[in-house]
Amino acid sequence: MKANSPLERLYNGIYKENPTFVMMLGMCPTLAVTTSAMNGLGMGLTTMVILTLSNMLISMLRKVIPDEVRVPAYIVIIASFVTIVQFLLQGFIPSLYDSLGIYIPLIVVNCIILGRAEAYASKNGVISSIFDGIGMGLGFTVGLTSIGIVRELIGAGTIFGQQIMPASYEPVTIFILAPGAFFVLAFLVAAMNKLQIGAARRGIDKSEGCMKDGGCANCSNHTCSGKIAEINNK
Amino acid sequence: MSENKLHVSSSPHVRSKVTTQSIMLTVIIALLPATLFGIYNFGLRALMLVLVSVGTCVLTEYLYEFFMHRKITVKDGSAIVTGLLLALNLPASAPWWIPVIGGIFAILIVKQLFGGLGQNIMNPALAARCFLLISFTGRMTDFVVPEDAFGNVYDTISSATPLAAMKAGEAVDLLPMFVGNIKGTIGETSVIAILIGAVILLATKVISPRIPVAYIGTFSVLVLIYSLATGNGFDLVFLAQHLCGGGLMLGAWFMATDYVTAPITPKGQILYGCCIGLFTWLFRFLGNSAEGVSYAIIFCNLLVPLIERVTRPTAFGKGGKKA
Repeated sequence: MKANSPLERLYNGIYKENPTFVMMLGMCPTLAVTTSAMNGLGMGLTTMVILTLSNMLISMLRKVIPDEVRVPAYIVIIASFVTIVQFLLQGFIPSLYDSLGIYIPLIVVNCIILGRAEAYASKNGVISSIFDGIGMGLGFTVGLTSIGIVRELIGAGTIFGQQIMPASYEPVTIFILAPGAFFVLAFLVAAMNKLQIGAARRGIDKSEGCMKDGGCANCSNHTCSGKIAEINNK
Repeated sequence: MSENKLHVSSSPHVRSKVTTQSIMLTVIIALLPATLFGIYNFGLRALMLVLVSVGTCVLTEYLYEFFMHRKITVKDGSAIVTGLLLALNLPASAPWWIPVIGGIFAILIVKQLFGGLGQNIMNPALAARCFLLISFTGRMTDFVVPEDAFGNVYDTISSATPLAAMKAGEAVDLLPMFVGNIKGTIGETSVIAILIGAVILLATKVISPRIPVAYIGTFSVLVLIYSLATGNGFDLVFLAQHLCGGGLMLGAWFMATDYVTAPITPKGQILYGCCIGLFTWLFRFLGNSAEGVSYAIIFCNLLVPLIERVTRPTAFGKGGKKA
């Protein structure tokens, strides 16, 4: 896939640099709101909308914003979109607004959004920045929804409110409490690592050019810590 | 030719006969009085829970190590001890799948995922108990009235455990609490049976008295201060009821002293015991629930690295004031 093409950006956000499972960003909403699949999906999509819009605007203004005050400028842009989305949610989906609560205004300080602004949107064109936002947002949505599905299934026996487990199943309540978030996140990250490192070992990722330009120092996949490079060089 | 005679294996050359296996065997023997009393007290259902719990723990350890291509360490007996301790922490009314879930959680998540025996950050049996207590609160606090006979007919009238009754301000009898003919989990009710086990552990030097004595001492002092401060005077009966009720004795002698999750420095062990005493007191007297031993112990397990850092002895010649 061509670098920075829309499709490559989507693949990058959803799988290769998945914000939840690979980059481990935005852990606060990830752990806090994923008590059910619906909450995870709602939080993910809300973040995706804000991320896409802020990436677009920041990319448009990237030559206007002075370098010295870029972070305050990004925050103002992000906060404006968050406020708009918050009012929209309050007006049109009040149930989701109530269950997400304080975590909607906290999207302002979500490190995925600021991270993508700093690392991508401020250096790249508008179209690829929009797709980067959509890709990263979808990756976040996939992450949160899958955590939510597992937690809701084990902790309440339902998925999206539908009864899945037989009636005799006794929900393991701890999974919809705080400790369950850590258990499920850890297992899903382990599964993702198995998938990605397994694929790298089979040589699928060699074409991605690991260790080609500047090696690990320039790589954005900080969770790999040289593992993929090591495997590729064997 | 003479060179061959100089071949010596590397140190250590003097070895102790104590192995993990022998320590675990002693702990199992020391737990037997409490286990047998529990089975006598609660009937064959308690025996079933013990067997399921031990079986699950051993099987989980074996299967994990088999599939992860690790050395099979089932023979060292640590999984049996975990299973036994977990079962002793369950109410006799628990259904069979409770120890299965608990055993898998204890061995797989708390012990093996952290690296196996010697690497776990919390006592596996207690962590599993807390996991079950949070998940299935109703089932884990549904205690049955013990039977005197070795039968399996149960009186399921719900009444409070001595600790819960005391929390509610009711009077409780001290003697049954000491003997063990009260409601509670399988292994915690009989103080006598637990003390027999404790004597075995102390006599064989498997545990040192530092942690339990510091724990029970701190807890007693705090209870007496509380009793004085609330205007009940120097109430030793109240103290004895608190010491004999709930899981304090089982926790102090068998679980706080777990080698892996307790500090190794003597000073640290005393500090650790005091911390558990403090938290047990806080949870029991100021918290919502009647019991707080398991939470106090696993919370202090997490403090152990800090305690060891503070109490690390200085090497000879490295101490003294800096100029």
